[in-house]
Amino acid sequence: MKPEESATTGADLLVKALIDEEVEVVFGYPGGAVLPIYDSLFKQNRLRHILVRHEQAAVHAAEGYARSTGRVGVVLVTSGPGATNAVTGLTDALMDSVPIVCLTGQVPTHLIGNDAFQEADTTGITRPCTKHNYLVKSVSDLARTVHEAFYVARSGRPGPVVIDLPKDVLMNKHEYVPPKRPVQHKSYRPQVRPDPRKIEQAADLIAKAKRPVFYTGGGVVNSGPRASKLLVQFVRLTGYPITNTLMGLGSFPASDRQFLGMLGMHGTYEANLAMYNCDVLINIGARFDDRITGKLSEFSPKSKKIHIDIDSSSINKNVRVDLPIVADAAHALEELIKVWKSRESRTDHKALKAWWAEIDKWRARNCLAYKQGKETIKPQFALERLYHHIKDRDHYITTEVGQHQMWAAQFLKFEQPNHWLTSGGLGTMGYGFPAAMGVQVAHPDALVIDVAGEASIMMNIQELSTVAQYRLPVKIFILNNQYMGMVRQWQELLHGGRYSESYMDSLPDFVKLAEAFGAVGLRCHDPAKLDDTIKQMIGIKKPVIVDVLVDKEENCFPMIPSGAAHYDMLLGPNDRAEKPVSEEGMVLV
Amino acid sequence: MSPAEAISSHTIAVLVDNEPGILARVVGLFSGRGYNIESLTVAETDAKANLSRITIVTAGTPMVVEQIKAQLDRLVPVHKVQDLTVAGPHIERELALVKVKGVGDKRVEALRLADVFRAKVIDAKTDSFVFEVTGASDKVKTFVGLMESLGLIDVARTGIVAMTRGGEAF
Repeated sequence: MKPEESATTGADLLVKALIDEEVEVVFGYPGGAVLPIYDSLFKQNRLRHILVRHEQAAVHAAEGYARSTGRVGVVLVTSGPGATNAVTGLTDALMDSVPIVCLTGQVPTHLIGNDAFQEADTTGITRPCTKHNYLVKSVSDLARTVHEAFYVARSGRPGPVVIDLPKDVLMNKHEYVPPKRPVQHKSYRPQVRPDPRKIEQAADLIAKAKRPVFYTGGGVVNSGPRASKLLVQFVRLTGYPITNTLMGLGSFPASDRQFLGMLGMHGTYEANLAMYNCDVLINIGARFDDRITGKLSEFSPKSKKIHIDIDSSSINKNVRVDLPIVADAAHALEELIKVWKSRESRTDHKALKAWWAEIDKWRARNCLAYKQGKETIKPQFALERLYHHIKDRDHYITTEVGQHQMWAAQFLKFEQPNHWLTSGGLGTMGYGFPAAMGVQVAHPDALVIDVAGEASIMMNIQELSTVAQYRLPVKIFILNNQYMGMVRQWQELLHGGRYSESYMDSLPDFVKLAEAFGAVGLRCHDPAKLDDTIKQMIGIKKPVIVDVLVDKEENCFPMIPSGAAHYDMLLGPNDRAEKPVSEEGMVLV
Repeated sequence: MSPAEAISSHTIAVLVDNEPGILARVVGLFSGRGYNIESLTVAETDAKANLSRITIVTAGTPMVVEQIKAQLDRLVPVHKVQDLTVAGPHIERELALVKVKGVGDKRVEALRLADVFRAKVIDAKTDSFVFEVTGASDKVKTFVGLMESLGLIDVARTGIVAMTRGGEAF
């Protein structure tokens, strides 16, 4: 065959490249610059396209798809506003290390820089919010760039990659060359295998510990389900306590006795005190984020710190550690277990017994306690009941951002990885609903629930139209307190109860809103009827909004106020009077 | 001040793919994360392999400098990052063009000092010179300082380029 005969347009070539990358679903929104791609999509049936109602939602949906499957999520948007609307999603994916390839349209190459219609400097705008980005200037570079982009997105610490595609590149013709496997990138080769000497040292430190704690994060989830299995195996071998970050929930079964719950600003009393008092801290795939550490100078002051991370820039960024190990979590855990077993390592049983006794005392404080009365529904109660009804079903939970998110992290129990999806790093209100759509697309038969607040849900409410179109039976479980709850809580604690602009006035009637989009709306304000409402929700095979009217002024505890140390936790409403927040703390977010 | 808080200057060499946007990536990294750039030079060094070499002089605490190197290293088009200050003996050079305007004694004195600093005259008019001076930054700085009282009107400096001493390749 002559080259001219086998040549295809850039758009067709792009679709071929996506199919070769085993892409099944693309989340997108058409526009002028990407019309050739939409034409190519029209002519094939291998790729499924999900038409969202806003480009931000396309990226969050792709994030939901990626995080619940471990695959790369793919987004397709047009130039200019299509690309700029995607920026929040891209930043979210960067902060939470989600593998995304985002295809953006661009004006034809000869118009770039001319302020053409729907032109934006997409590579310039997205440079700081992507792991990497490309502007494809010639159709001959297109296929190679796509394959490289998928490699970069999924390798090492995963992240979003943008490919900017000028319209003429999509229309020019070229021959398609399938990718070479395995991909050998000329410069990007992340280190996945740990240094064996460091693994030996780590095994030493871990075996000798008297007051150890595992502190593990999203890196374990990102490494794949095998990493979680190895983590469980190793943690059980040692008998040591373990706490998870918000992003790490699910990588260790929450029902396990060794699990202390989440740590950090709204973490449990026992997890935070274990961090403060430990003598060996084993961090796997977490990054000492400021929500975790609290006051840095008083963060786990007595411990030797081991930090396993695939991203060397995460090591010694906030907290200086004693034993840094650059590696993928699964590889590192595998080696650790090997060394541990070959040495027949023994832990210090006596010290460990005393350590657990101390932890059990902290546990006995029952820091997540709340009082459910007969009149109004406490948000914590709503989540406990929700969990009761879903725990034996195949379910996925996404959240928006705020109080409801923290309560969900505290009161829902996560037994396996990739089933909990929340915006941790960026804290993006409006994440949960589109993310739930992405999960539902990937897992059509699963029960997918977006735990939402009434403020967050309004930020991507337009996607009701998408779930209606594709009959995605996503459940939106709104804990409606008529406030931007977390903002109100901070205003109460830090700004003298002056609730500036945090009251959600003129909320829609969520039941009617659901109905307007062909979904089902339910409402509940009576604690006695909550169980029935939840059961009803689960039984409906359509998208459902459940508007749960909860206590308006409930606060999320425990809480480490900004700038405070782990031992300085507010455990309940009566705590705050004696512990005013420092001025330094006020400045922090 | 403890050693952990002491701020020191580091010269870092970075080998990168010579592709559009790479400089923006590096500069954006520094501005976005609040690191200092004291000097930055970049030019293609291997046309066949399409590689450029960036030399950055930056300052920070040991933890910050370590971060800077790790952050540079994880940029996708970066091949290698080397901290010359830590790597050991290395040579740093800078080039400056220095324009001096004046007549009479000042002009003679400028020319005499240029000779002392082994600066070349690369442009001469009856009332002005442009000197080319090369050397370590301190020497260049001293020369420019001396020219100030002798009619200095313009300076252009390249910033530092550097490499290790001895037979080791980058």
